[in-house]
Amino acid sequence: MVRAVAAALALFVATPALAQAPVTITLRDHQFVPAEVPIPAGTKVELLVRNEQTVTAEFESNSLHREKVVAPNGQITVFVGPLDPGRYEFFDDFNQQTRGFLVAK
Amino acid sequence: MLAAAIIVFREVLEAALIVGVVMAASHGVPRRGRWIAGGIGAGVAGAILVALGADGIAAAVSGIGDELFNAGVLLAAVCMLGWHNVWMNRHGREMAHAADRLGSAIRDGAKPLWALAIAVAIAVLREGSEIVLFLYSIAVAGEVTPLTMAAGGGLGLLAGAGAGAAIYFGLLRIPLRHLFMVTSWLVLFVAAGMASQAAAFLLQADLLPPLGSNLWDTSFLLSEQSLLGRVLHTLIGYSAQPAGIQLVFYAATMLLILGLTRTIGRHPATSSRN
Repeated sequence: MVRAVAAALALFVATPALAQAPVTITLRDHQFVPAEVPIPAGTKVELLVRNEQTVTAEFESNSLHREKVVAPNGQITVFVGPLDPGRYEFFDDFNQQTRGFLVAK
Repeated sequence: MLAAAIIVFREVLEAALIVGVVMAASHGVPRRGRWIAGGIGAGVAGAILVALGADGIAAAVSGIGDELFNAGVLLAAVCMLGWHNVWMNRHGREMAHAADRLGSAIRDGAKPLWALAIAVAIAVLREGSEIVLFLYSIAVAGEVTPLTMAAGGGLGLLAGAGAGAAIYFGLLRIPLRHLFMVTSWLVLFVAAGMASQAAAFLLQADLLPPLGSNLWDTSFLLSEQSLLGRVLHTLIGYSAQPAGIQLVFYAATMLLILGLTRTIGRHPATSSRN
């Protein structure tokens, strides 16, 4: 019983510390997949941006103040937030038609 | 080809504007051409080195190497530009006396050309490394022939250099007695803008708090992606959606450089040539 409570407590305590699994955004054929990325508002979120293209990309967002080069077949980690609920646009600075949104709820 | 031209133009633009401002700020100084050209050359060499080591830099310091590197070189450039202004103020009186001829310190080439050259090298390095990474990847991917790429890149480079030349010759239309006051203010704004960019990188690296993630949003008025938006971004540090910490860095840099020019730079150096 004590052990079970301790285990439950450990789980409870450990959960917030365990950062949420990173949210993956993939660049493929000059598209962000997914193009609309739902994320929780009010908390820090780890984005994993993977570039499955053969050309270099630059993950950029004016509203999020982020810009980071992603090598071909490479990936980068970008932390965002805590964000207010809303839509935040991001794009590939090397191919600006390639756009997507973070949707914080 | 057009795509490559546009990307190269966009990256070159920022560096070219800074070169144009620096050229105007060092107007009439002997050997300044050699110094600035040296700065550009060092920047190009540095850009290639940085591009080669991009993976290593990105992975360094648990994934924030990129951000630290960018913030570091930006702040170094801020120091160089700040030093230029302090020096200019020190010799301002002398120059005002010799409005037609240039002041002797300037004429003798004592102006801190090295500081300007380093600032130019850093601007070229930052923008250049992105160009190298991008062009290299499209070359390797075989998406375009080397000739198309060279043509596109060349076109973009030319257009960017044209913008730099435009601001240079535009500034030279200012009467000499006012020119250095104008360029000193411009250099101050460029430096403050760079500091604000450095803050954005440190924010991205999660080393600084945002202090308000978007203080205002003027992207509907002037997008940072537009040509004018980019030009103003470089020249005065325009940001359509700045974070609070960027504003803090911007204001602090302005106050610091202005304060230093008023204190250290106050005594007019009549005979010293430092």
